[in-house]
Amino acid sequence: MKSALNNFLTLGLLTAFLAATPGKSFSTASEGDTFNAGEMIMHHVADAHEIHLVGDLAIYLPVILWTDNGLKVFSSSEFYHNPVKEEFGGEEILYFDQGEFIMHHEKIYYAAPQDDIAGMEEHPQRKISDMEQNHLTNATPIDLSITKSIFGMFLVIILLVIMFSAAARKYKRNPGKAPSGLQNALEPFILFIRDEVARPSIGRKADRYVPFLLTTFFFVWMSNMLGLIPFLGGFNITGTIAVTAVLSVFVLIITAFSGNKHYWGHIFNPPGVVWPVKLILVPIEIVQVLLKPFVLMVRLTANITAGHIIILAFVSLVLIFGQTSATTAYGVGVGAVAFMVFMFFLELLVAFLQAYVFVLLAALYFGDATHEAHHPA
Amino acid sequence: MEILAILLQASEAAGLAGIGAGLAAVAAGIGIGRIGGSALEAMARQPEESANLRANMIVAAALVEGAAFFAIVVCLMVVL
Repeated sequence: MKSALNNFLTLGLLTAFLAATPGKSFSTASEGDTFNAGEMIMHHVADAHEIHLVGDLAIYLPVILWTDNGLKVFSSSEFYHNPVKEEFGGEEILYFDQGEFIMHHEKIYYAAPQDDIAGMEEHPQRKISDMEQNHLTNATPIDLSITKSIFGMFLVIILLVIMFSAAARKYKRNPGKAPSGLQNALEPFILFIRDEVARPSIGRKADRYVPFLLTTFFFVWMSNMLGLIPFLGGFNITGTIAVTAVLSVFVLIITAFSGNKHYWGHIFNPPGVVWPVKLILVPIEIVQVLLKPFVLMVRLTANITAGHIIILAFVSLVLIFGQTSATTAYGVGVGAVAFMVFMFFLELLVAFLQAYVFVLLAALYFGDATHEAHHPA
Repeated sequence: MEILAILLQASEAAGLAGIGAGLAAVAAGIGIGRIGGSALEAMARQPEESANLRANMIVAAALVEGAAFFAIVVCLMVVL
């Protein structure tokens, strides 16, 4: 059984690497351009339609678009193999032209219709309608593509399913025996979430929320860790605001639906205060209902993204100095790599800590919502 | 007085965002410094409670850092 799993994993990984099509991949600078650190950092931290591995090697993910003419599915290599550098409004911009669609800064637009092109006389080939504040004004189809973050989430899901189903089978086969192997590694964390986070915060009804808390904890932790593996394409799953937004929406929904009379009573009618203070307190409490999950979301995204930005900043340091001469780059590189290694270790701690803080606060909110009244009469 | 006028003239949104981000770092430093300070003091009084104090200190530091990150994100959004 174990060797079958091993074989499957090895085959899977090999297939994944073979699927990487060699080809020209996206780069912000051509031979003569200076290195723009800000652009490089933002590009690596943001989501993308390809997984850029090394140099020209990239895994091109499928682009799925819901257009007025139905569903269109094609490989993102059709974008990335056709870069277009143009001069627009004094600056040089880069976008990718697939024919029917164009992609600018990883956003997909319809190619502008013939009558809506900016500066049509000088640039009859252009596909842009107009640009305001770095966003094109072309019409957009609904983008349902598999992006790097979505692919990363699938990887995390597969990893979690494999890990936990293996551990669960072990528990079923050896009831009452001491845990071993993977089961032994996971048990302290599972018990930690249940006994130190869920039960103290939520009280009697804790076990109803433990599955959600455990899933969120391991999902966030593993997603954070995936982003720390170098050369794997630079995943930034939990740094994508959409992912953390969905997680905090789940927390919001569960809190709202678990709220009992006392919870909502405390929000709209806080006990033990005079009415002028109530006037100030009630709007604050109402805003808090939405603000708490919002803060949860921003905390996680900002922490993870900031960690990645710091590590990339050290890389850019070497590249910036490398523009003057190679020897300065080597010299700076020694210190930069040392700091980078330190930052990676700190990020390992942050990966676990942010997952723990997310789940702890979610448990506290659930506890607040299900808290029974215990005020003196 | 002239220095202030020059500063006000020269600063665009991006410059002020830089100052904002710096202030956020200062605030995070002060907040987490205080948390660390009281935690160390408490550990000195009761060494047997060290593990408990350390866990709570890290949690509180993560929460304070969350507020600082808010400011950083807003400044970043101003710049970009």
